[in-house]
Amino acid sequence: MIAETGQFTLVLALIVAIVQGTLPLAGSVKNNIRLMALGSTSATSLFLCVLVSFGCLIQAFIVSDFSVFNVAQNSHTQKPLLYKISGVWGNHEGSMLLWVTILTLFGASVAAFGKNLPESLKARVLSIQGLISASFISFILFTSNPFLRLDPAPVEGQGLNPILQDPGLAFHPPFLYIGYVGFSIVFSFAVAALIEGRIDPAWARWVRPWTLAAWCSLTIGIALGSWWAYYELGWGGWWFWDPVENASLIPWLIGTALLHSAIVVEKRDALKSWTILLAILTFSMSLLGTFLVRSGILTSVHTFATDPERGVFILLLLILISGSALILYALRASLILPGGVFSPISREAALIFNNLLLTTGAAVVLLGTLYPLLLDALYGAKVSVGPPFYNATFLPIMAPVLVACVIGSMLRWKRADLAGVLGRLKVATLTALLVVLTIIWATGSGDVLVALALGVSAWIIIGTMVQVSERINLFKFPLSKSLSRARNLPRAFWGMVISHSALGILVIGITISSAWRVEFIKLMKAGDTVSAGGYTLTFAGTLPIVGPNYTGIQGQFRVERNGKEITVLLPEKRSYPAERNRTTEAGILSTISGDLYTVLGEMSENGEWSTRIYFNPMINWIWIGAILMAFGGLISLTDRRLHIRLLEKFSKEANGNAA
Amino acid sequence: MNRLFILFTALILCSPTIKAVEPEEVLRDPKLEERARALSKGLRCLVCQNQSIDDSDANLARDLRILVREKLKSGDSDEEIIKYVVSRYGDFVLLKPPLNKSTFILWMGPVIIFIFGLIMVLFYMMRMRHAKKAIPLTEEEKNRLTSIRELR
Repeated sequence: MIAETGQFTLVLALIVAIVQGTLPLAGSVKNNIRLMALGSTSATSLFLCVLVSFGCLIQAFIVSDFSVFNVAQNSHTQKPLLYKISGVWGNHEGSMLLWVTILTLFGASVAAFGKNLPESLKARVLSIQGLISASFISFILFTSNPFLRLDPAPVEGQGLNPILQDPGLAFHPPFLYIGYVGFSIVFSFAVAALIEGRIDPAWARWVRPWTLAAWCSLTIGIALGSWWAYYELGWGGWWFWDPVENASLIPWLIGTALLHSAIVVEKRDALKSWTILLAILTFSMSLLGTFLVRSGILTSVHTFATDPERGVFILLLLILISGSALILYALRASLILPGGVFSPISREAALIFNNLLLTTGAAVVLLGTLYPLLLDALYGAKVSVGPPFYNATFLPIMAPVLVACVIGSMLRWKRADLAGVLGRLKVATLTALLVVLTIIWATGSGDVLVALALGVSAWIIIGTMVQVSERINLFKFPLSKSLSRARNLPRAFWGMVISHSALGILVIGITISSAWRVEFIKLMKAGDTVSAGGYTLTFAGTLPIVGPNYTGIQGQFRVERNGKEITVLLPEKRSYPAERNRTTEAGILSTISGDLYTVLGEMSENGEWSTRIYFNPMINWIWIGAILMAFGGLISLTDRRLHIRLLEKFSKEANGNAA
Repeated sequence: MNRLFILFTALILCSPTIKAVEPEEVLRDPKLEERARALSKGLRCLVCQNQSIDDSDANLARDLRILVREKLKSGDSDEEIIKYVVSRYGDFVLLKPPLNKSTFILWMGPVIIFIFGLIMVLFYMMRMRHAKKAIPLTEEEKNRLTSIRELR
């Protein structure tokens, strides 16, 4: 019954989505209020239908209903509950259903929170959202149905790939999808604005919270994914320039550009046409990412589907959705009147520079990802594009972004004084120089690039602090007055401060952990010791272990610092009988100054164990930086000016009381 | 079916959870070992997806690592070793593709994209500068302006 209910509600959802995709749009053309109002109702019902359907699939996984093909393929009775549930999106069909659930959740949120939107705009946005939903629901129903039955039902399921059975990976896809799919709202707003032929600062203000929410989520999703790769894949790497990682980085880069260009539309009524284009591109890149991962033309840990039919279907959807939006853009962009003018030295121009670099960076990653595929398809020639390519091309493009982000956010709108800003940044410049020189001196001039990268990080962090101290008149007024000024600064400003400083923290983490990593690859027997990162590790031998759905061997490393035992690290080698698969769990001591990372290998003939011990200095700063960056976005999301709705509500209530 | 088979074998050969360089491969001379590691980071494991032989546990990757180390021990330079490996496996083995006819667009792409973007930005700024120049008032507008002034 569960599967049939899920299937039925999904079919129902398709019908509702088609209604949502057509009638409100027709209403907005004919100026029919009742048809337009249908948008909100259908968006809410659509979400409920899909939610029930998704709930049915989760239930089938929880109770291990192996008469459902998808459950039998991807679950197992002995799996812990968390991984039974996360197994729902650990496979192609289920993850597409999660994708659509989030898509419709966003549609329903526009219906719920968009009370201040003009009726016609809201109707159009919801209709476009409905059309996107309809296409993806049909994709699921016609090519990737998760509710197919299996007869006879097997007694036991085949289990989930054990490396996916991990808390980091249980939450990685939902966050990533909220990010990808969240950009669909921005896309719908952009297309609606093109249909209306009108875009103004109010539009940017409506769009900004959605952009921010999607961007924060995507940031967290990418951070979780790389953190998972770091501790689970067992050699301490955290970013591989894998095509599937690139597929999430590209929308993130363009989304970041969009976040910044939307500010210009909002504050200065300029860059409108470009912002619309970015909004379309961001979601198109999310779709492209979905296509690359789902079509199976790229093979990696992430790809589940290798059915060419699905690939063709998604490619068609991509062409249909992005293509029609781009054609609309080409036809209507000229209607968008250019707004405020500005000089080449101004906040606007700095944000254009930011956009130029971020989009170029995204284009380079896209080129590197697609090039091997294109070359193979066109000429049958094989080429590998690996990390050295991206280090040589992507990093130089991103470096100026780091330097410019401090200066840009201090420039005034319209026309600014660059020399003045640089003068105000004296402290930051001097600190940065000091950092560079100290590191060159301390490392014996070996690591000029490392020194420069750390200097730039110091520049970002100190420069951002200079901005704060200027805004609150630190040291000019009594401290209490400065603090009260700090409280009254807009949340968007604090969001910028946190996110920009976080960028500095991220760069510090990346630079130090990759430049000064210490590595030991050794055969060890019980009693052997290794010193790394100020710790002394003593190998104390191995023990057999038994987990809920695996058995394995656990190595024991006693960790001492200054003669005192701090902890025992327990790297494991696990063997999952149900999935017929093995995993390696690293034993990690994680601190703010660095991670001690131990991996147990094979036992050699004479009873010694092959082990790997790494000290990864300051590697956690990477994820702290990424999470802080998302946190800055959330703070910005709570900015008062984005909550016109609440203000209106209050004023209405006040009026009501007066009457 | 063929593709599925390749994928399947690739997944088994390169199960990402099993580690790469084994202790017994490590060279005594730390300088040579450092060069060996640097070289293997740039060489692709041929049966895996996007993994260097330094990260891969596949037998082929192991053979290549040992080959690189043998060559280092016999005194070959880094360039000679790369050249030798490429002569055996082709350019595909290099994670940093060499600049040639088939990778020209790949390597020039970033520069071209950036310059194209820069030209677009300059074009935009120039157009804006032109737009800023005041358009002279028409005769009718001048008359209206004077009448408004007279009224005040």
